[in-house]
Amino acid sequence: MGQFLQQVLNSISIGSIYALIALGYTMVYGIIRLINFAHASVYMLGAYIGYFAMTYFGLGFFPAILIAMVLCTIIGVLIEKIAYKPLRNATRIAVLITAIGVSMLIEYGMMFFVKANVRSYPPMTGFLTKTFTLGSMTITTQQILILVVTIVLMVILQFVVRTTRIGKAMRAVSQDRDAAELMGIDVNSTISFTFAIGSALAGAAGVLVGVYYNSINPLMGMLPGLKAFVAAVFGGIGLIPGAVLGGYFIGAVEVFVAGYGNSMYRDAVVFAILILVLIIKPAGLLGKSTREKV
Amino acid sequence: MLEIRDLEVYYGVIRALKSISLRVKEGEIVTLIGANGAGKTTSLRTISGLLRPHAGSILLNGVDVTQLSPRERVKEGMSHVPEGRRVFPMMSVLENLELGAFLRRDKEGIEEDLTHVYERFPILFDRRKQMAGTLSGGEQQMLAIGRALMSRPKVLLLDEPSMGLAPLLVQEIFNIIQTINEAGTTVLLVEQNANMALQIASRAYVLETGSIVLSGEAKTLLESEEIKKAYLGGK
Ligand SMILES: Nc1ncnc2c1ncn2[C@@H]1O[C@H](COP(=O)(O)OP(=O)(O)OP(=O)(O)O)[C@@H](O)[C@H]1O
Ligand SMILES: [Mg+2]
Repeated sequence: MGQFLQQVLNSISIGSIYALIALGYTMVYGIIRLINFAHASVYMLGAYIGYFAMTYFGLGFFPAILIAMVLCTIIGVLIEKIAYKPLRNATRIAVLITAIGVSMLIEYGMMFFVKANVRSYPPMTGFLTKTFTLGSMTITTQQILILVVTIVLMVILQFVVRTTRIGKAMRAVSQDRDAAELMGIDVNSTISFTFAIGSALAGAAGVLVGVYYNSINPLMGMLPGLKAFVAAVFGGIGLIPGAVLGGYFIGAVEVFVAGYGNSMYRDAVVFAILILVLIIKPAGLLGKSTREKV
Repeated sequence: MLEIRDLEVYYGVIRALKSISLRVKEGEIVTLIGANGAGKTTSLRTISGLLRPHAGSILLNGVDVTQLSPRERVKEGMSHVPEGRRVFPMMSVLENLELGAFLRRDKEGIEEDLTHVYERFPILFDRRKQMAGTLSGGEQQMLAIGRALMSRPKVLLLDEPSMGLAPLLVQEIFNIIQTINEAGTTVLLVEQNANMALQIASRAYVLETGSIVLSGEAKTLLESEEIKKAYLGGK
């Protein structure tokens, strides 16, 4: 029982990270039907920005994560403006290949600048080093931090998407771009805003993962990026609650397969789930197979 | 009010509109009728800015809007109810209506217009919390019209509002268009249902494979043998 609860706890931490990354995939997909493979690179950049902020500028966790989010926002918007916007009327495959190219460019570009070696995040200080024991469970402050930051960000996201003008514009563009345009919505700036939000969340996830696993490298985004993508598909790509659900689900699968089975099968199981979802319910757990009513 | 001059529109190499010209005067209902594929939807989409013309110009109240974005045309007083209604399926009726007023900042005016729309379409008030995608076809059409009215347009562009509706409902929609017009909104109505359209319109243009082949008073066209044969199913 104790071990089970410990696994649940660990799933929540890793699931939070997947959920944060998956949100960016799903929102961008929702608005321009693009699987933005460069998203995982933004997550990696977030981890590095946090690292540099903490080691070279001696900043604490909170300023570091904020800076990472702000810079990732800018990077995400630039990627959209430079790489995707000129392809607005191109075929989807052309944009998809561009996304993979951008992702490669960022990852190997980063390798050139910061070298391929693994770096370790600076150790946490002060109250961030505490651990708590609850029966046979151990909870680290980092785990609490990850959960709290994730919940705060999701509440803010939900607020923005549900109630603000730009949030309504986002939903309108993702449901019917032409109709949104006829309402007077500026589609281009709405798309930029979507990239901005998704990238900020990825930046936050990057710093959280650095703090949690303590090690970062330029290719760190590849596998988590793919898994977060699986999470988004699992929940129903384009759907915000789907990404959150999928993120936690994939996190749990991973932790439990490694805990009770064999950690070598961890990744294989995640991708087997992707294949199963695509066969059984391609619209995802929360997705409806048909939406349009004529 | 609305003037279209020598409009040419291409889809790739296909010329969908061959130099069409038409005008809608303030307070009028003008109808653009034609068979499937004649270019009616293409005309409206070009007028509202979703499509860019190859040549020609579009004037709204004397202002050349040809180069403006759809957003700026909405600001100039244009509102387009697209073919197939195109409501936002996963938003509530109320959210759809609010989006119609997206560019407005006058909270009180918006509230007022919302009340007007609900008075005009009581069913929308009953359904205000329901997702638009779950409405019936007729209700969606009313929502699409109500949403378009929320921007307080000077000219309303309607693309086949009767499409797919039962005859009784068609009659109701046409009555509504008439009352909207009487309340001061100029209307450009695209229809395949020529008979109904000609009854409420003051003037009409007939579009055939991208060209305007006939135009005139709606009454005259209703009686014309040519029109009867081609569009009214008469002998
Ligand atoms: N996106 C497009 N790409 C290529 N050709 C198009 C496109 N949209 C329309 N067309 C062509 O342009 C012509 C005019 O189409 P349009 O939709 O304007 O006709 P319509 O009069 O609205 O017809 P309907 O009554 O069926 O709605 C048709 O021949 C159509 O095939
Ligand atoms: Mg049409």
